[in-house]
Amino acid sequence: MAEATANGLGQHALHASHAHEAPAAVAHADEHQEHPIKLYLVVWAWLFILSTCSYLVDYFGLQGYLRWSLILIFMILKAGLIVAVFMHMAWERLALAYAIILPPILVLVFTTMMVFEADYTLFTRLAFFGSGH
Amino acid sequence: MAETLTHIGKTEPRPSGWQGIAADWSSDQRAFKNVSWGKAMMWIFLLSDTFIFGCFLLSYMTARMSTRVPWPNPSEVFALRIGGSDIPLILIAIMTFVLISSSGTMAMAVNFGYRRDRRKTAILMLLTAALGATFVGMQAFEWTKLITEGVRPWGNPWGAAQFGSSFFMITGFHGTHVTIGVIFLIIVARKVWRGDFDTGRRGFFTSRTGRYENVEIMGLYWHFVDLVWVFIFAFFYLW
Repeated sequence: MAEATANGLGQHALHASHAHEAPAAVAHADEHQEHPIKLYLVVWAWLFILSTCSYLVDYFGLQGYLRWSLILIFMILKAGLIVAVFMHMAWERLALAYAIILPPILVLVFTTMMVFEADYTLFTRLAFFGSGH
Repeated sequence: MAETLTHIGKTEPRPSGWQGIAADWSSDQRAFKNVSWGKAMMWIFLLSDTFIFGCFLLSYMTARMSTRVPWPNPSEVFALRIGGSDIPLILIAIMTFVLISSSGTMAMAVNFGYRRDRRKTAILMLLTAALGATFVGMQAFEWTKLITEGVRPWGNPWGAAQFGSSFFMITGFHGTHVTIGVIFLIIVARKVWRGDFDTGRRGFFTSRTGRYENVEIMGLYWHFVDLVWVFIFAFFYLW
């Protein structure tokens, strides 16, 4: 059952041996994402809490590094909860998770490039058009 | 084996023309093993959509960083006057909660779908669609408010001209995604309600039978729309 161990989901190894005779397409149809409703409600509550927190950052007018770090932390936590639980990425194969989650990180490279580009544009605007207007 | 997908080791006569091309391209399904073709392709689509929104937010960042004119303060621009006092960003906060709630109902719809509870699945999906439509409605209200206040893609009364174009571009694309999602939700909810996934009725567009996994794939799209809003909320409205 080499393929069964390669499956990654331990509990399916048992089913796999039973499904040996069954047509392949049918065998894979019963693998799906089913989790307790309570888990979704807990995540839902957390998303509400985190959204409220990020709204309060603005409501109380926090500024500077405190503001940016809080906004980013709440944003990343919310995004992580949605992808991991609501979109079931936490239970998918690593092959899929890495294929989907790693490429967007490259956007950070692009961001770095555009930060330099924007700084340069601002510099030229100040140098050639002055700071007035 | 469980993770073996279709037609492995079988040779079938290939159809000719475009059908043959489609059959060839859809035959290599081994990379993600137990992940179905439909789900993998939805994820790939969402990845490409991530880059689209990533580029929008990047162009917004570049415009905002490179302008000499101060950026309008979103906290004030998006404030609403309720009960005689300005409450900052209140409409955006409500929109956020509406979209998160729709994600919650969607997640539960997926769950009931796998339990073959057609009624609850369809009702939760329609509830999700209703919340999505509410979101779009509030966005239309927000656009109307800003346009009457003089915000245009080429200028606005408060500061940097790029504010308007960034705003309309980013929220407009997101709103379009939500609208398409609402339509998509209603179509899938109708299929669930009618029992298409139990009776094996073929879809009008693909001519293929569906499974309850279609609800989950629909859910992936919907959660993605919520996910994008998390980033827009942080970078455009709070920053």
